[in-house]
Amino acid sequence: MIDLLAATTSSVTSIPLGITKEGNWFLQNAWLIPLIPALSFVGILFFGKRLPRGGSELGIAALLIVFLLSICTGFAWMDHRDNFHGEEISQTLISSEHGEHGEHGEHGEHGEHGEHGEPSLAVVNTATWFITGGVEFSVGTLVDGPAVMMLFVVTLVSLLVHIYSTDYVAGDRRFTHFFAFLSLFSSSMLLLVISENTLQLLVSWELVGLCSFALIGHWWEEKDNSNAALKAFLTNRVGDMGLLIGVTILFFASGEMIPDSFGSFSIVTTNALASSGLLSHSTLLIAACCLMAAVMSKSGQFFLHTWLPDAMAGPTPVSALIHAATMVVAGVFMIARLYGVFFEGFSIGGSSINLMALIGGFTTLVGACLAFVQRDIKKVLAYSTISQLGYMVMALGVGAWTAAMFHLFTHAFFKACLFLGSGSVAHSVHSFDMKSDMGGLRKVMPQTFRTFIIGSIALAGLPPFAGFWSKDEILAGTGGWGILGGTNGNGSYTFMLIMGMITAALTAAYMTRCVYLTFFGEFRGHGHPHESGPRITIPLWILAVLAIFAGFLNLPKGFQLVPKSLQERFGHYVEPVAGYFPEIAHATPSWSLAIVSTIVVIAGISLAWNYYFVKVEKASKESGKSLTELPDGLTTRLTLARMGHTLLVNKYYLDHLYTGIITRAVKEPIAELAYRSNQEILDRTVDTFGRTAVKIGQLNYEKIDQNLVDGFVNASGRISSDSGEELRKIQSGKVQSYAAILFAAATILAGLLIVIV
Amino acid sequence: MLLNQFLILSAVLFSIGVYGVLTRRNGVMVLMSIELILNSVNINLVAFAAFREAIPGEVFALFVIAVAAAEVGVGLAMVLLLYRNRRNIDLAGIDSMKG
Repeated sequence: MIDLLAATTSSVTSIPLGITKEGNWFLQNAWLIPLIPALSFVGILFFGKRLPRGGSELGIAALLIVFLLSICTGFAWMDHRDNFHGEEISQTLISSEHGEHGEHGEHGEHGEHGEHGEPSLAVVNTATWFITGGVEFSVGTLVDGPAVMMLFVVTLVSLLVHIYSTDYVAGDRRFTHFFAFLSLFSSSMLLLVISENTLQLLVSWELVGLCSFALIGHWWEEKDNSNAALKAFLTNRVGDMGLLIGVTILFFASGEMIPDSFGSFSIVTTNALASSGLLSHSTLLIAACCLMAAVMSKSGQFFLHTWLPDAMAGPTPVSALIHAATMVVAGVFMIARLYGVFFEGFSIGGSSINLMALIGGFTTLVGACLAFVQRDIKKVLAYSTISQLGYMVMALGVGAWTAAMFHLFTHAFFKACLFLGSGSVAHSVHSFDMKSDMGGLRKVMPQTFRTFIIGSIALAGLPPFAGFWSKDEILAGTGGWGILGGTNGNGSYTFMLIMGMITAALTAAYMTRCVYLTFFGEFRGHGHPHESGPRITIPLWILAVLAIFAGFLNLPKGFQLVPKSLQERFGHYVEPVAGYFPEIAHATPSWSLAIVSTIVVIAGISLAWNYYFVKVEKASKESGKSLTELPDGLTTRLTLARMGHTLLVNKYYLDHLYTGIITRAVKEPIAELAYRSNQEILDRTVDTFGRTAVKIGQLNYEKIDQNLVDGFVNASGRISSDSGEELRKIQSGKVQSYAAILFAAATILAGLLIVIV
Repeated sequence: MLLNQFLILSAVLFSIGVYGVLTRRNGVMVLMSIELILNSVNINLVAFAAFREAIPGEVFALFVIAVAAAEVGVGLAMVLLLYRNRRNIDLAGIDSMKG
């Protein structure tokens, strides 16, 4: 049982949790937000087919309501963050040899948090779900900065995707089914972001996985699509095991510190214990590694990322909503939620390399390289998503928490914009293949073209678009920029800075390629492409505008061009300054780094520009065809380049590795071993047993079975047969003879009654 | 309170009913005899209820009447079906469930 007491009531040691139960109505009633789409799911499922618009109106209405609720919650939170001075709840601890508790508590309140001023108190509301074996399982809402931010992002993107889908999947045979699952997905994702405990997180985590499975396989009649859905589901299972184990470890680990309890699923308690150094480092490291496996599968980190590109088999709005903007960031969000565990477990502060930063950094490079060789426009964006998710994980790995959240925020807008744009293109040319069916679309699809360009620039990270600010904050956050006006972060992750820089250049280059192949040159497909309708272009424009302006929400501190009150607004409201959040250092932004990263991006664009817009364009003019690459390019001239290209086309042979090598390597020796042990050990044992059993059986048969048992059985059989023969005479089939027996029996019983009583 | 008389009346009715059920060949007559039995029970119930000044007995009698109505409904439907299939309602001829 979780024992929450006010800090002042006892002499037992306690730590401040940084949460409160009071707050605005919107902060108290955040549970309504996942509930409304859940109701809409049920509504669409039962009545959708009968509604004039096939249930889509229910979904849109529900999302509109929760979007408005989320905005209100956001404003309520901003007010709460600045003006709330209520009672803070503390966690009572076992007062034992841990003498340093008080010291840590003091440190938590007056330490480096002073940098951000007043602590922020998250609003927590819980209700008991069930109690079993003395453990209380609760459900509840934890409303704080990151939760409010995610509520806004998820509801906004989901609402726009709903509107977009009414056009995109119009006339689909499972139109209603599609909207039902969109609603269920929104509901589970919203439940995930306001989860109060890890168990609730796990449940909603699985729920979003399920929705992802159902929506990837939306057109399951084609085998490829259902295979992709299965691949996504099974790859996620691998990571989910990690999540389950990690959650269990944390449950028991925190239980050791809390009096009268086995453990605690509470995110806040676990984080507070981990952040204040009360849990053992090795426990946290193991838990963090297990949770990292979950992040790798859900957020498509190398080497469990292979499901994400295949997930593009789903309808494009789903790709935008689930596989770019919201669900895949669940992993990133989970790290951010349990940051105390990760921060202490991986010793992020004061280090120069750790597992999380390495996985993130590697993923970001790997994904960006793969984006170069794709023909399918959605796959370019899928690998770009992997790369950007790697960026976020890397940012969290180097301790740049706010930068990661900010990148998540801006990325959601421009990546959703790009995905919906690619869907708009595909809707008009009926294909996703850039090389054979696109080209020259800028003239016929001006709205899509403009929004796509905005999204691409934001993704590439040119100032002043959104991607620039968040990407630059991550680069500064690595703390690796030591040469010119150093940015002191949580450590000196120079290696991560270099990986981030290279990725920035690669991102700029592959987006230039993608834009050229789709919108420039001459049209290579068939038919007459046309601009999409307003239900597609309006969401595109909303996202494009956000892709331009969202970056201004977190102008870096010390950015001299704007007043101080406008700097770091995002960080101020989103980053918790509370007992359940570790004390992280904040990097100082650097002009020189911003300039260098911009130059890197421009260099990336220019290289790709030189290749596509100059050389390929010229070659196209000479040959009179619309080319997609030079006939005598590097890959035809250099063996090394060709080998690299082949490696990328085959996706680093990871799929071969998984199915061909790992599965076979595991399967065949196991099969061989199993066969041998079967033959040599099991069979012999079984044979011996068998022979002995036969002998015993023989004896048994002759003596016991034939004489004793059979005699008994035969006798009972004969008795029942004989008695049956007699009794069947009573079964005359005549109603009246039955009635006669009945009344005779009743008379006899009545007589007995009289005699006895 | 003349309880005895009621009980005797009820016993006589019951016996007549039983006699009818056992001896009549006509399905409708058997059903009518069952009604007699049930109504003799009703008389018993009401008599005791009046004697002991307890309402439940009378309520129970009402229930019996309702159930009897349902039972007669089903019974007559069966008799009707019998007539349709066999052109008579002689219960002696119905022994297809003979063991």
